[in-house]
This record gives sequence, C-alpha cells and structure tokens, in this order.
Amino acid sequence: MTISTGSPWRGSMQEPAGRADLDAQRAAESYMLPSVEPVQLIDPDGRHVHNDKYPLPDGDSLLGAYRELVVGRRVNDQANALVRQGRMAVYPSSHGQEACQVAAALCIEAADWLFPTYRDTVAVLARGVDPIQALTLLRGDWHSGYDPYEHNVSIQATPLATQLLHAVGVAHAAKLKGENTVVVAMCGDGATSEGDFHEALNFAAVFHVPVVFFVQNNQYAISVPLSHQSVAPSLAHKAIGYGMPGERVDGNDLAALLAVLGKAVDRARDGGGPALVEAHTYRMQSHTNADDATRYRSDDEVAQWVPKDPVMRMRTYLTELKLLDESTEKDIAAEAERVAAALREGLNAESEVDPEDLFRHVYSEKTSQLREQAAKLREELSREQL
Amino acid sequence: MSTTLTFAKALNTALADEMEADPTVVVFGEDVGTLGGVFRITDGLTKRFGEERCFDTPLAESGIMGMAVGMAMNGLRPVVEMQFDAFAYPAFEQVVSHVAKMPNRTRGKVKLPLVIRIPYAGGIGGVEHHCDSSESYYAHTPGLTVVSPATVPDAYTMLREAIRHPDPVVFLEPKKLYWSKEDLELEALRSSANSFGRAVVAREGTDATLITYGPSVSTALNAAAAAAEEGRSLEVIDVRSIVPFDDATVMASVRKTGRAVVIAEAPGFASVASEIVARVQERCFHSLAAPVLRVTGFDIPYPAPKLEHFHLPSVDRILDAVDELQWEDA
Repeated sequence: MTISTGSPWRGSMQEPAGRADLDAQRAAESYMLPSVEPVQLIDPDGRHVHNDKYPLPDGDSLLGAYRELVVGRRVNDQANALVRQGRMAVYPSSHGQEACQVAAALCIEAADWLFPTYRDTVAVLARGVDPIQALTLLRGDWHSGYDPYEHNVSIQATPLATQLLHAVGVAHAAKLKGENTVVVAMCGDGATSEGDFHEALNFAAVFHVPVVFFVQNNQYAISVPLSHQSVAPSLAHKAIGYGMPGERVDGNDLAALLAVLGKAVDRARDGGGPALVEAHTYRMQSHTNADDATRYRSDDEVAQWVPKDPVMRMRTYLTELKLLDESTEKDIAAEAERVAAALREGLNAESEVDPEDLFRHVYSEKTSQLREQAAKLREELSREQL
Repeated sequence: MSTTLTFAKALNTALADEMEADPTVVVFGEDVGTLGGVFRITDGLTKRFGEERCFDTPLAESGIMGMAVGMAMNGLRPVVEMQFDAFAYPAFEQVVSHVAKMPNRTRGKVKLPLVIRIPYAGGIGGVEHHCDSSESYYAHTPGLTVVSPATVPDAYTMLREAIRHPDPVVFLEPKKLYWSKEDLELEALRSSANSFGRAVVAREGTDATLITYGPSVSTALNAAAAAAEEGRSLEVIDVRSIVPFDDATVMASVRKTGRAVVIAEAPGFASVASEIVARVQERCFHSLAAPVLRVTGFDIPYPAPKLEHFHLPSVDRILDAVDELQWEDA
C-alpha cells in the first residue's frame, strides 16, 4: 500500500477578500446554505414536484427502491412483533423513516461505506447484510452479529455521534490510500447536540474527505423534541459553519432522498468534500418497545404524519405512472413476506451462546489474567454439570 | 556502536523507524506537524515523511481519537498524540467505548492497531492539567494494552512494539524522563521487542522488592542504592507493561524476598498500585513476612508546582516504607 502524495488539506481557508471579491465570496458561501423548503420531488398525494436542482430519478430506480421500502416496512413490523413475543430484547423501529433507510443504503456503491445507528437496521439490511446476523445485537447474543467488511457496513452504533468520527477516519484513510470510497454517516437529530457531531463535521471539512453526513431528523430524541436540541434555522444550516454544503429534504420522499443524497455522494466522490443532509421525517412509534410516546406527544401530532407516509406516496406515484401494476405489487408483497418469514424462523430458533466467547476477543491473544479467569469459569461450569 | 540518546529522541527515532518500515503508519495530533510536538517527540517527521504521514489536526481530542478508530478500521496504523495527560480526557468516550471495545464487539473482525501516546505524570513543575497520572483509568478498561517505559532503550523498543501490536495500546510517556540520557546500541535494539506482558528486574536484591513503573522506577532505584549503603538489599521491579500484567516476574521476586512495597505517583485509592498489592497478597500470602505497603501520591487533585514535591513518592518516603516491613520479626 502506498499513501498518495499531496496535502491532506483543502488549502488556505483565509484568503483575504478584496472589495471586488465580496460578491464572489458571498456566492461561494451561499452554495453551502440549504434550500428554503425541504426538497420534495413526490408530494404526499403521489404527485411529482418539479425541482430545478434535483431531477427525478428514473422509473426503474424508483421501482427498485420502492421494493426495498415495502420490505423495510415489513421488517419493522415483524421485528416489533418478535419483541412482543420475547424473541428479541428490544427493537428501535424506523417505522415511518423507511425512505431514509432505503435511500442511505442505495445511494452508495458496494465498495463505499455505511455507518448506521441502532435505529438503522432497515438500511443495514438494504445494504445486503444477513437479517439474522443484523438482529443478533437486539436478540442479545452479542454486541454485533455481522462482519463489517463483508458489506462495508460498520456495526450499528449505540452511543450517539461517536460513529461519525469513525466514518471520517475511514474516508480519510481511503483518501490517503488513493481509493475512491465515499462514506455515508448516519445520525439522528438528538445526536447533532453531541460534541462528536461537531468534531466529525469539522474534521471532515478540514481534511476535505468524502463523507456525507445524513441526519434523520425524526423530531424526537426519545422524549425531547427538536426545539430543545437546537434553535438553528435548520440542522442543515449547521453545515456552513464547518465550510460544507447543507441540504434539507423531505425525509418521507424516497425520490427526493435518492436525488439529494445521490448528488452529495457524487460530489464527494469527485473530490468535492463532505456534505450535510438533513431529512425531515417522523418517528411514528415509540423510541423502543420500552418507551411510551404518549407521555410526551399527542395523538393529534402523530396523526398529522400519517398521510405523509413514505410508502403510500410512492405506491400512488408508481401506480399512476403504470410503473407498478397489481402483479408487481403482489410480487413485492410476497418478497416482503419471505423476508419476514425468514426473520421469524431465524429468531425463533434457539441460539447457542458460548461462555468462552467472553474472553476470546478482548485481545488478539488472551492475557495470562484472562486465561486464568476463563479457566475458573470453565471449572465452575464443569462443577454445575456434575 | 553505542549512541547517546535522550528518552525523547529515542521515541522520535522509534516513530521514524516504524514509519520507514511500514507505510501504513500515520502520526497525528495537536502541534505534531511543523512544530514537532510540544515535547519534540515528532520532530522532523512531517519534513521526512510528508504531511500525509505526520500532520496537525484541529484542536479536538475526541476527534483525533475517533478519526484514528476509522483509519485503523480501514487499513492504517495511526499513532496519535494526546498533548498532555489531562488533555486526553475529551477523548475518553472514544477510548473506552470504541478503541477498547471494537475488537470484542465485532468478535475480532475489526482490529484496531493504533497507539495513543500520552505524556503523563509529574515532576516537571507543570501547572494543573499537565501532570496527571491517568494510568488507572486506562488499566481499568478491558481491551486496552497499557504500557509505560522507564528507560531510554525501553522508550525505543516499546514504542516500536506498540506500533506493531495488533491491539490498541495506551503508551504512557513519563514526561520527566524526556530529557534523561543513556548510551544504547540502537542496532541491537532494532531486533528486540519483547516487553509487552513482561516486567524486568531493574536491580537485583534479596531483602525486599520495590514494585513500580514509569516515572517512579528511577526514584525506586535511587532508594535501593541508598538502602544498600545501609546494608539492605532491595530488588526493583520495573513493571513496564501494566496491562497485560506480568504476575510471574513480580511474584517470583516477592516469594524470594518476602517483603514488598509498591510505588506509583497516582493517588493510591483504587489505583494500579492497589491492584498490584491485591495480586501480591492473593498469590504470595504465605511467603510474606509483612503486609505489602504502598508509597503513592496522596488522594488529592494534582498539586500546584511549589507543592508537588510533598505529593510525589520520594526516596525518603520509600525508605520509610521499607523500614516498616516488620524487620524485627526476621
């Protein structure tokens, strides 16, 4: 491996601007500001909305994405049911946010990287990760169940915003190695208050690395509404503070998400540096099955988001354009059922845990202390079996 | 051929040699580029290897640490500098929640071969936040390998070993030793790397064992020299590798001498010194002629420069502890 030469920095950020340059400077700065309204290409009624900056993705792409959307919704519903049946400890559902999940997975290539959070299981599955392996975390067998290098999907992060810095590091290493990798780093609205969010965006901008920060603003951090996290004009506005473009998008509009994320990914791949995308969406269910959302938000508020559902509007749009017919719809529903059945089968099977695993991966080689402790546990277990 | 090097230059040479040997090694942190680090440990590396291999970052320790995690995930071997012990605390979450746990979390799929260099401990008249002995925080975190060299040859070999290590290493540099000098055979050292999990007998003795590491090794050796003049033979163990801990070498010494004092600068309560005492009494109880004692820093925030000499383990305080090891029963 060789590390490519050239400065890791973009260059001087503080060139003094003369009076004649001021207009140019303002133009250079304003490109970093998000659109006045969140970008929307298909409205809640399923109608195309024209946008000069973002053309509508082609029909085949939208149909393929719709397929993932329907499967994702089914995965969320099935996982919730499996928690109720005691087959998983907990499941933070992305019900209502599936368009964000699908777009995050589809906007990048196989060699690119995705950094998901605990709520992003649907995105993880859309990248191709085995569903049972992905749900190992929530079943309680181990802290993660899949090999991150198999699909270039980092383990689902539980602490908030810490994974954004790992994403910057992966992108930085790729850049130094001369690889053309783009990294999509996901977080929620609450995580934008964390210090690591700030540090990750700043590092990404200063080192000019190809990371697309994708904030799913679902309006709540467990019980705390966005108004208590930030009084910025939008979360996307934070981008300009770091010297990168920010964009806001209707997070329930899969077409707009694919267009906006796709553009940010292309720009990053072409050496344009990082970007921040904020998706306006809504967490339709509680934080997890252990939470009770009725304690902090009204049914009326939730009801307002029902007609904005990401699945319905895509179905309407694709059906009216004759891109989706009854037989394709049935085919997609059958596929979703197959995935759900596989989830049930996989998670209903009793999983084996090995107590020796407790010591196996703490270090590449067990320390003498861990060897002693493993032997003690083995001895305890052998006595129990007598 | 013998060369005279300072502890700082030995570290600098180790970094350069490892960067030369392995193109995936990258060095970054605050002021490590053009300036060469506030202690000059990275002096000349940017000039020699380019600013892709040794570079300054924005002033944010969590950012440095988190970026290092990602770089290690993607095939590089980052060596990061935390400018001072207490300035490493903003990176604590990254260290504890990710650096230490990622390999275990992923069942060894993700290895994090990275080194966190931290100048630590006192004795240089530094102001607050520049003199902490923070080793216990790291040693208490499973998944971290925690080492601290106490000699110039060890500074060189242990840093090279840390960079080659497959797991994350917290590399604690006693900053009061940076200017100490020793003659060493650099060529011979280049092929020796066997310090992790291995303590060394820094001075042989028969009457009692002083167990210590990092900045307190030289103090313990001075105490042993003073005790010898009074006819008492003290063995000094330089732990070197706090995690993994070399029980075998330490216990062999205590079983031989039957008496032990553990010495460290950090506050003694719930510390590495406490752990060593516990391990010695669990394993050597029937060889002990006296309770195992400790000479540590007081359980206080690190004192201001004019007061630090009251706080730090001194030769006299070590000799007093040795005197208390129930010699009348011998």
